[in-house]
Amino acid sequence: MDILSGLMQGFAVALQPANLLWCFVGVVLGTVVGILPGLGPPATIAMLLPLTFLMNPAAAMIMLAGIYYGAKYGGSTTSILLNVPGESASVVTCLDGYAMARKGRAGAALGIAAIASFVAGTVGVIGLMLVAPPLAKMALAFSSPEYFALMALGLAMVVLLAGRSMLKALLAMLVGLWIAGIGTDPFSTTSRFTFGQLELLSGVDFVVVAIGVFALGEVLVSMQGRAEAQALPAPKGLRNLLPTLQDLKACRFAFVNGSVIGFLIGVLPGAGSTIASFISYGVEKAVSRRPQEFGSGVPEGVAAPEGANNSETGGALVPLLTLGIPGSGTTAILLAALVLWGFKPGPLFISENQALFWGLVASMYIGNVMLLVLNLPLVPLFAQVLRMPAFVLYPLILGISIVGVYSVSGSLFDVSLLVAFGLLGYLMRMLDYPSAPLVLGLVLGGAMERALRQSLMMSQGDLSILATRPISAAMLSLALLILLIPLFNKLNAWRLQALEQ
Amino acid sequence: MKVGNAELWSGLALAALGGYIIVQASRWDYMGPDGPGPGFFPLWYGVAMAALSLILMISSVVRGNRETIDWRGAGRAFLVWLALALSVVAFKLVGFLIGFAALSFFMVAVMYRRPLPVAAAVAAGLAAGFYVLFPLLLGVNLP
Repeated sequence: MDILSGLMQGFAVALQPANLLWCFVGVVLGTVVGILPGLGPPATIAMLLPLTFLMNPAAAMIMLAGIYYGAKYGGSTTSILLNVPGESASVVTCLDGYAMARKGRAGAALGIAAIASFVAGTVGVIGLMLVAPPLAKMALAFSSPEYFALMALGLAMVVLLAGRSMLKALLAMLVGLWIAGIGTDPFSTTSRFTFGQLELLSGVDFVVVAIGVFALGEVLVSMQGRAEAQALPAPKGLRNLLPTLQDLKACRFAFVNGSVIGFLIGVLPGAGSTIASFISYGVEKAVSRRPQEFGSGVPEGVAAPEGANNSETGGALVPLLTLGIPGSGTTAILLAALVLWGFKPGPLFISENQALFWGLVASMYIGNVMLLVLNLPLVPLFAQVLRMPAFVLYPLILGISIVGVYSVSGSLFDVSLLVAFGLLGYLMRMLDYPSAPLVLGLVLGGAMERALRQSLMMSQGDLSILATRPISAAMLSLALLILLIPLFNKLNAWRLQALEQ
Repeated sequence: MKVGNAELWSGLALAALGGYIIVQASRWDYMGPDGPGPGFFPLWYGVAMAALSLILMISSVVRGNRETIDWRGAGRAFLVWLALALSVVAFKLVGFLIGFAALSFFMVAVMYRRPLPVAAAVAAGLAAGFYVLFPLLLGVNLP
């Protein structure tokens, strides 16, 4: 099926009234989540995942993806009005966005953020549409050794960019692999790490870990303080939100820069939208005629990072849907969602589920238009979300988390596990262990073990099979090189500098 | 506030977990007639975990890391976690709605120091909202 007919089929799915409604619900929820500091897309998607089991998978995927990219739009609002990023990808928007707001140009900053998000978000979807199908065809040549190597490479990339300490990131990933190993061995009937608990024989549900580590962990971190920040007033009226022609002219390269860099970074596992926004900002500053003014409120300083973090969404869906390899915590949860609904993300996913894939792509075009329409005139309304007191928000998150986990299994044992994983999530944040490698280790652990054992069955236990097949050898060598970076002072210094910037 | 080396303690805990994984994995088949057994993969990541956590501990001792931890903030977070754990235990005895309302009341009145009527209103409102939304509208059972 060619792209055009696929897209037509996708629009036929996405334009169904129910799917339009769920797309709208997703982008509105995403915007609200993006606005609320301390509640990110992974936590929200994890919390809502159990409720989607009642829904048609296409509608559920459209809604969850809407939350994912909608949050990127919303994240800029708090960065600009509050100087507090609604989510990590909007950190760099604070620099020029808040500076513009303090100069009385909050409306223009919000308008530029919305337009850049729309342009780059659409470019990201076009990239997804063009790149995913051929990549999936290429990946059909992969066998178990290549899959194992690919997952190892994905995990190595995540470890490389997850935080300052690669050692801690590796340890977090290994804990994820261990949690994935809890339960009955898929190749034999041996029960592993079950502590004699019958409830653990079927393993630890991904939803329990994701909600515990992300949602509960975030609530506990937020509970460390009591202070609530004060936002600058949101400008009222569409006219006050439209940037001037001069602003748009200044941003024209930033729109392209954000779109391209965001998509390319998104395709790489582990990099994520935060790094995409920082790199895009850095490139914009480097090529600007007025680099010294960055940080004091230049519109391109808002357009580049906001574009990049939206375009990244389309890029991040490429490895997820074509290879079954998520590149971040959020896409790991989306992968788990697809698996729970009975799909098998990988090279055959697009050809076997054309209506779902193209429906998702088409819904993202529609969702981006919805977000532009919503975000320009309704920013003052969305900004009201910031008025929700923390003492109402946090018990609400706890309640939704508990009900979400209970609705999956109907077991209070899982709710107890949720509480335990909430503490783990909090301790990880407190001790500076990144949570993305843990979640990716958990999501990929089962598949990775299966691929490794199948590879060794193919070779009668000879590990050299991983090194003698060219694609697998190349990917494993790259993974090894990545993991050895801390041993090379110059390279590690560059990595740390990149992370700090 | 300066505290003992948090990296050392977390490394110790992870080394213990790595040791436990190795001990458990060594009881299962490493290699069977059809290929790797159930102990194969866990043994490898158990060894990796033990080795890496030892490196973490040694490097933290060598560098003499003494991280600053906000104990007051951590105490607040642990208090909420404890309240959450107790409320989950209470679900078995009094049901979700009362247990959750008590948790919300605690968070609003004690953690955020809001007046008791406000705390009671938030707790009752949230519990009622959950009852209407989940069992009544969505048909989702509460714990």
